[in-house]
Formats: sequence, structure tokens, C-alpha cells
Amino acid sequence: MSLNRREFIGIGGAAVAGMALAPGLRLIDLAQARSPDETVTSLKRWGLLIDIDKCQDCNVCVTACHEENGVVGHGRPATDPQWIRKVTIKDKQTGYVQTLPLMCQHCESPPCVDVCPTGASFKRADGIVLVDKHICIGCRYCMMACPYKARSFVHEDTTDQKPHAPRGKGTVESCTLCVHRVDAGKIPACVEACTQDGNQAMVFGDLKDRNSDVSKNLASGLSVQLRPDLNLNTGVRYRGI
Amino acid sequence: MVKIRQIVVGGVAVVAAGLFAVTLAQAADVSGAKSKGIGPTVKIHRGEQCVEPTEDMRRNHMKYILHQRDKTMHQGIRTAKHSFKNCVDCHADPKTNSVQGQDGFCSSCHEYASVKIDCFSCHTDKRDKNAVAVAPFKGTAAKGAPP
Repeated sequence: MSLNRREFIGIGGAAVAGMALAPGLRLIDLAQARSPDETVTSLKRWGLLIDIDKCQDCNVCVTACHEENGVVGHGRPATDPQWIRKVTIKDKQTGYVQTLPLMCQHCESPPCVDVCPTGASFKRADGIVLVDKHICIGCRYCMMACPYKARSFVHEDTTDQKPHAPRGKGTVESCTLCVHRVDAGKIPACVEACTQDGNQAMVFGDLKDRNSDVSKNLASGLSVQLRPDLNLNTGVRYRGI
Repeated sequence: MVKIRQIVVGGVAVVAAGLFAVTLAQAADVSGAKSKGIGPTVKIHRGEQCVEPTEDMRRNHMKYILHQRDKTMHQGIRTAKHSFKNCVDCHADPKTNSVQGQDGFCSSCHEYASVKIDCFSCHTDKRDKNAVAVAPFKGTAAKGAPP
């Protein structure tokens, strides 16, 4: 038996129609928690919504992040690494001042990945943008390419790193969206701190799951990407700017 | 003349290979804290059996760690069996909590073999105090765990 092109398309169309007839049915069941031996898939995309109206003059997200990941400075602000920082923006016409946390925006099309000459800067299947420090040569092209200045270079020897967050001199690092916590089914340290001790301005979750907190929140009101003109489709979105 | 040179080079290669084999055999000739003659003193504090047979681990531990490294980094696979973190959690010295240092599990052998370890320029050499090493193998590794 051989199918000609027309028959093949007809059968394909019927199959698609069959799938559409059962809307509650999923081809691949979405599990809530991934087991440690399962590969991350693009069925999820992790993202954040940060409500600037709620974000006030506090620093708990920054301290929680740096505590969680063992990021320590040496009193040299120009070169000390920062995975997340508070940025103050001011409307020059009215004088209205806002403050917002800024970290890696976990772009869908990350410029840092485009420019990396070794493949060290990469995006995981679930949308988390990371640096593989095993193959990072410390050239810092990614730092130049990032429009958010989210990445830092480690200039000095590191000691007492956290077991889950290796850091080393001569490599570039940035927010990992607390990938070690996310893989364990937890939320990033900044979000946890903001929820507990801050102003409940951050929501974390799966952008591809319509029932997740972050998706519902995003669907219920206006939110913006930073530098939307660059078409990066960031995983971190802001509200109230 | 060329033939003589070939024989000499071949002879040197055979002798070097022989010496290397003897060194390896001596390096592998350690059990527990006691060193039998020449060889590093490797202190083992916990458990009866590593995640793979001891002979295999001596020769291939770096291959297991390297393989797991890429799977963890890029695919998010965080099984404990060949994880670097689990190595440190189980093999760290109870006093120093480290695998480095004078009697450190890693450094004692690596110093003897004169092989530099790059792992600890980024990774911590200290055990995660909150974690109990997973021991999917024979023995009771968790029993000797310090608080």
C-alpha cells in the first residue's frame, strides 16, 4: 500500500482533528514535580512577575539571593559581583521615583547565548539561562551583549562557596533563577524572601501552565518586558513601571 | 643507524610503561587508613562500599564526575550516585569537614600522584552540613555522619 500526498495530508488532518476533539486530553501528562533523574523539558518555562507598585524601599531580595548563592563582595563596588540589584528610576518630568529589582531576565532569545564563543552561556530547555563555568573562558562577551547588565565577572579567588552554587575566579556568573531550588520543587530565594519579609511583589512559576500563579497574574493585568524593542521575550516581567 | 635508534626508543618506551604500571599498582595498593609500603594514605571515614567498585572508582572517578557534570548542568539531572556534591558529603574528613588539606580524601592521593585538581577552584571542598550523603550502596554511610 502506498499513500499519495493528498491521502497522507487527509489522514494527518483527521488525526489533528481527533486530538482537537478531546480538549481535556494531553498527549504528555504534565507532572507537578520532576524527579531528580528526569531531564528538564521545554514543557515548562520558568518566569517571574515583579509588581513595582508593591516593591518598596527594601533590599531583602538582594540579600537573600547573595546569601543563598554565597555571593560575597570585597568592598569594591565597581568589580564586586552582583546577581540581583535594586535600580531606582525617576520620571524627570514629575519627579516620581520607583525602585525595582533587576537580575537576569532569562530571555527566550538571549543575546549572551548568541555571542558566547564556547557554548558556556546557554539556555536550559525550561528557559533558565545559565553559565556553564566548566567551559567559560572568562572572555566577558556575554556581559557586553546583555542589555540588562545582569552578568558579573569573578575577579578574585573564591572561598567558602555554597555546595549548590560553585563560583570561581575567571568565570562569568549571573542569576540562575535559583536553579538548584527550582529543580528541588522550590521557589527562588528572592521570591521567598520578598513573600516572607518583603512586600509580596514577586510571583514565580511556570509561564506555560495557564493555571500557575504567575500565568493567572499575568493574564489578569498589564505587564511589560524591559526593553521590549529588542524582542527578547524575557521570562521576567514587570508591572507598574 | 635508524634501526638502532628505533630499538633504543622502543626500549625506553617499554621501560617507561613498566615503571608507570608499577607506580599505578602501588598507588592502588591502599586499603582503609593503612598504607602498605609505598603509596598514599587514604582515610576512609564512612560506609563500606563506594557507589562503584573501589578499583573502578580509583581509575575512573573523574569520568563518572565529568559525565554527571554535563547532565546536571544542562539537563538538570541531580541524581546523587555520581554527583560531585555526594562525593564530598561522604568523603569529607569529620574533623575538617573537607576533602582537601593534609589528610583530605582527594588531596592525599592527588598529591601522591602529582595530579592537580581543578574542581575546588570553583566548588567548595567542604561537606554540606545540612545534607546527609545518599548511600544507595551497601553499608551504613549515614551512621558516621557528624551532626
